[in-house]
Amino acid sequence: MPKNSKSKKNNDGKRDFLIISTYAMAGIGAASVAWPLIDQMNPAADTLALASTEVDLSSLEEGQSITVTWRGKPVFVRHRTPEEIKLAKEVSLDEMRHPETDEERVSNEKFIVLVGVCTHLGCVPLGQKSGDVKGQYGGWFCPCHGSHYDHSGRIRKGPAPTNLEVPSYKFLSDNIIKIG
Amino acid sequence: MSNTKFKNPVVKWIDHRLPVFSFMDHELNHYPTPKNLNYFWNFGSLAGFALVTMIVTGIVLSMNYTAHVDYAFDSVERIMRDVNHGWLIRYIHMNGASFFFIVVYIHIFRGLYYGSYKAPRELLWILGVLILLLMMATAFMGYVLPWGQMSFWGATVITNLFSALPLVGESIVTWLWGGFSVDNSTLNRFFSLHFVLPFVIVGVVILHLVALHRFGSNNPIGIDIKGTQDTVPFSPYYTIKDLFGLSVFLSFFAAAVFFFPNFMGHPDNYIEANPMVTPAHIVPEWYFLPFYAILRAIPDKLGGVLFMFGAIAVLFVLPWLDRSSVRSSQFRPVYKIFFWILLLDCILLGYLGAMPAEGIYVILSRVATAYYFFHFLILFPLLPYIEKTKPLPISISEPILGGGSTASAFAMREKK
Amino acid sequence: MTNASSNFFYNNILNFFLIFLIILLSKVSFAAGEKISYPQLNWSFSGIFGTFDRASQQRGLQVYKEVCSGCHGMRLLAYRNLKAIGYNEDEIKAFASENSVNTINDDGEVVERSARPSDKFVSPYPNDKAARAANGGAYPPDLSLIVKARPDGANYLHALLTGYIDAPTDQKIPDGMYYNKYYAGNLIGMPQPLYEDGVEYADGTKATPEQMAKDVTAFLAWASEPEMEDRKRLGVSVMLFLLLLTALSYFAMKQIWAPIKEQ
Repeated sequence: MPKNSKSKKNNDGKRDFLIISTYAMAGIGAASVAWPLIDQMNPAADTLALASTEVDLSSLEEGQSITVTWRGKPVFVRHRTPEEIKLAKEVSLDEMRHPETDEERVSNEKFIVLVGVCTHLGCVPLGQKSGDVKGQYGGWFCPCHGSHYDHSGRIRKGPAPTNLEVPSYKFLSDNIIKIG
Repeated sequence: MSNTKFKNPVVKWIDHRLPVFSFMDHELNHYPTPKNLNYFWNFGSLAGFALVTMIVTGIVLSMNYTAHVDYAFDSVERIMRDVNHGWLIRYIHMNGASFFFIVVYIHIFRGLYYGSYKAPRELLWILGVLILLLMMATAFMGYVLPWGQMSFWGATVITNLFSALPLVGESIVTWLWGGFSVDNSTLNRFFSLHFVLPFVIVGVVILHLVALHRFGSNNPIGIDIKGTQDTVPFSPYYTIKDLFGLSVFLSFFAAAVFFFPNFMGHPDNYIEANPMVTPAHIVPEWYFLPFYAILRAIPDKLGGVLFMFGAIAVLFVLPWLDRSSVRSSQFRPVYKIFFWILLLDCILLGYLGAMPAEGIYVILSRVATAYYFFHFLILFPLLPYIEKTKPLPISISEPILGGGSTASAFAMREKK
Repeated sequence: MTNASSNFFYNNILNFFLIFLIILLSKVSFAAGEKISYPQLNWSFSGIFGTFDRASQQRGLQVYKEVCSGCHGMRLLAYRNLKAIGYNEDEIKAFASENSVNTINDDGEVVERSARPSDKFVSPYPNDKAARAANGGAYPPDLSLIVKARPDGANYLHALLTGYIDAPTDQKIPDGMYYNKYYAGNLIGMPQPLYEDGVEYADGTKATPEQMAKDVTAFLAWASEPEMEDRKRLGVSVMLFLLLLTALSYFAMKQIWAPIKEQ
C-alpha cells in the first residue's frame, strides 16, 4: 500500500479524521434507514384507531352479560346482581392466589369488565351465557384446564396464575363505557 | 490461507473453521483493481446496492400487501396511508425499480463502450444479460401487483404477446393466466414469482461476481493488467470511491422519492383495475419503452414478438458478433461514433415507444429498429475489417504508445 | 496519471447523460397526457417546501360534503384522518356520526349504526352498479385518489369544475350530458356542481365557484397524498444529510487517492 510522504505526516491526523467521519456518517445513514423498516411492523394507524371501543350498557339487564371484541380479544361485561356483588365483596383475601379486593377491580360495582382470556394459556372461559358452566365460584370457568373464577373474575381454583385482566376503561356517561 | 493475519481471537477462531474473514480480506483488501477506472465503473456496485434496496423494501412491503383482486389496490393504499412509514417504503420500492434500470442501463452501455464483454469476459457479460432479463420479468410482474389500471392492462398486453406463437400460443396464454383473462390466479402467481425471482437474480449476481473476480475489472484503456504497478487494492481505494458514487446516486434517488415520487409512474395506476374499461393511452413503464417500440415497429404479430426478444438475444451473442480484439472505444475511432449513434437510437426508440403508433412515429420506429439490428448483426462483425484502430499503450501505468501508429486491430491481436 | 483530463471529460459525459435522461423521461411521461391545457394555478402545496392550507382544506371538506358527496365517494379516507386537516376528536366524532354504516347484530340481522372515527368515509352508493344506475350509466368516480389519478391533477380538477360554459351553437348536447371546455370530448355526464353561494362558508369567505373549486381541490389533493407534508419535510433533511455525505466522501476519496495520483 502506498505510504504518505514524510512531509505530509502532520496531515495524517486530519486525514484520518476526515475518513473516519465519512464512514461514521455513512453508518449513521444506514442505521437511520433501519428504523422505518422496523417500525412498519408496529400497529398501523387503522389498527390503532380500533384500539379503543365504546360499549352502550343501557340495554344490559341485571344478571346479563355481553361479550364485545376489543383489540381482537373478547371483553366480558357483566351487569352483576346485588347477591353477586355481595359475594364478591365478602370473600376473604386470604383464600386467594392473587389477592385483590372487588373495589380495586370495578369502577361502578354493578358492572364488571374483564378481558375474557384465561391467564393460564389463553383460552376463553365459559360463563357469559345463562346455560354455561360457571365453575365452583359462580363466575367463569375455563374449560381447557379447569380454572375457576369468581364474580369479580378472580382466580380461585385451577392452574391459572392470576386474576382475569381488567382492561383500562372509563365511564363516559352512566351507560356508556370506553374500553382502551 | 494463513490464519495469522487476524489478531482478534474470536475472528481467528471462526476463520480457522469457516474462512469467511479470509475470503473478505482477499476479495476486498487484496483484490487488485485497475487504478485508472473512471466513474462509469461505479455503476456495478450501484446496481448491487439497488438490488439489495429492492429486496429489503420488497420483503417489508409483502408483510403488508394482500394478493387478491378485491384487496390488492386497497392494501397498497393502506400501506400509503396507515402503515408506519409505509409511503416511504413503497415510494422507495416504486422509484427504486426505475433507478435500478437507469443504473443497469448505464452499466451496460459502459460495457459496450469499453468492450467489457470481450474475451476473457464473455461469460461475465452473458450472466449480466441474464440478470437484465430476470430484472425485466421481475419488474413487469411487480408492476401488476398494485392492481391499478396500468397494472391490469399492462399484464393483459404483455401476456398476450405469447399468443403470437403458432399452435401453442393460446394454450400458453391461458396457462400463464390460470384462467381466461388476467384475474385473481394471475395476480397470485405474479406475486409469488415477483417475490422469488429477485433471489434468483442474487444467485446470478454471485456468479457474475465470481466471473468478474476471475480476471478482474476491465478498464477505460481496455488493456490487460501488466503488474502490480497497474493496480490498487480494492479497499480502501474503491470502497471510498463507491461510497462517493453511492451518495451522489442517493441524492438523485432521494430527490425523486421525496419530491417527485410519481414522476416516473402513470396516473392511471391510481385507478383500480377495471377489466371492462381500457385507458385511452396505455404505455409500459419507461424502461420497457425501447423494446415496446420494436414490438410495434414490426407489422406482423409474431414478427414483432420475435424482434423484441431478438433485441435482447443479440446481446447474449455479442461477444462473438464483435470481431475486434481492441476493447476500449478510445482506440476505435469509427466504432466510437457508432456507439453514440446506438445510444441515441435506443433513446429514440424509448421516445417512440411512448408515442402513439401512427404516422411518422411508425416510420421512425422502423428506421430505429433497423439500425439497432444493423448495429449488432452487421456493424459489429464487419467493422474491424475496415477500421484502423489507434495504437494501444504498453500498460496502464505507462501510457506510452506501443506498436506502429497504424497497427490494426488484427495486428494487435497477433501481438498478444 | 494521464486521466486528469479524461476524468473531467467523463464526468461531463455522466452529467450530460443523467440530465438528458431526466429531460427525456419528463418528455415521455407528459407526452402521453391530455392535449387540452388548463390554467396553471399557484397551489400552496406545490413545490419542494409546499404545504397545505388548512383553512382552504376545511372549506374544501365542506364543499365535498355539501356538493360532491351526493354522488362521489371517498372510500379510502377514514373520518379519523380529518385530524390532519385540523379537526379535534369531538368534531370528528360528530362529523362521522352524521353517517351510518351497516353492521350485523348478535341475531344475524343487518342493522345500521352511526359511523365512528375509525370508519372509512361512507360512499353514497352501495356499489359501482348502483352508482351507474343512479347516474344514467355514467360512473361518478371515487375521489380519494383523484388528484393523483389524473395528469396534472390539481389544475385539471380546478379547470374541470370551473369549465362549464355555454356550448357552441353548432354543438348538440345529448340528454343527460353537459358541455365543459376542459373535459376530453367536451361532453361530460356531471352537471355543473358549483354555483355562486352554493355553500355558506363558516369563516365568511365568499363562496364563488372559483373559490369553491380551489378549496375542494386543496382538500382532494390532501386526500390523495396525505403523507405529502411529512414526505417533503423528511426529504429536506435527507437531502441535507446526503449533500454533507457527498461532500465528505468526495474529500475523503481525494485524500485516499492522493498518493496514487501523485505517482
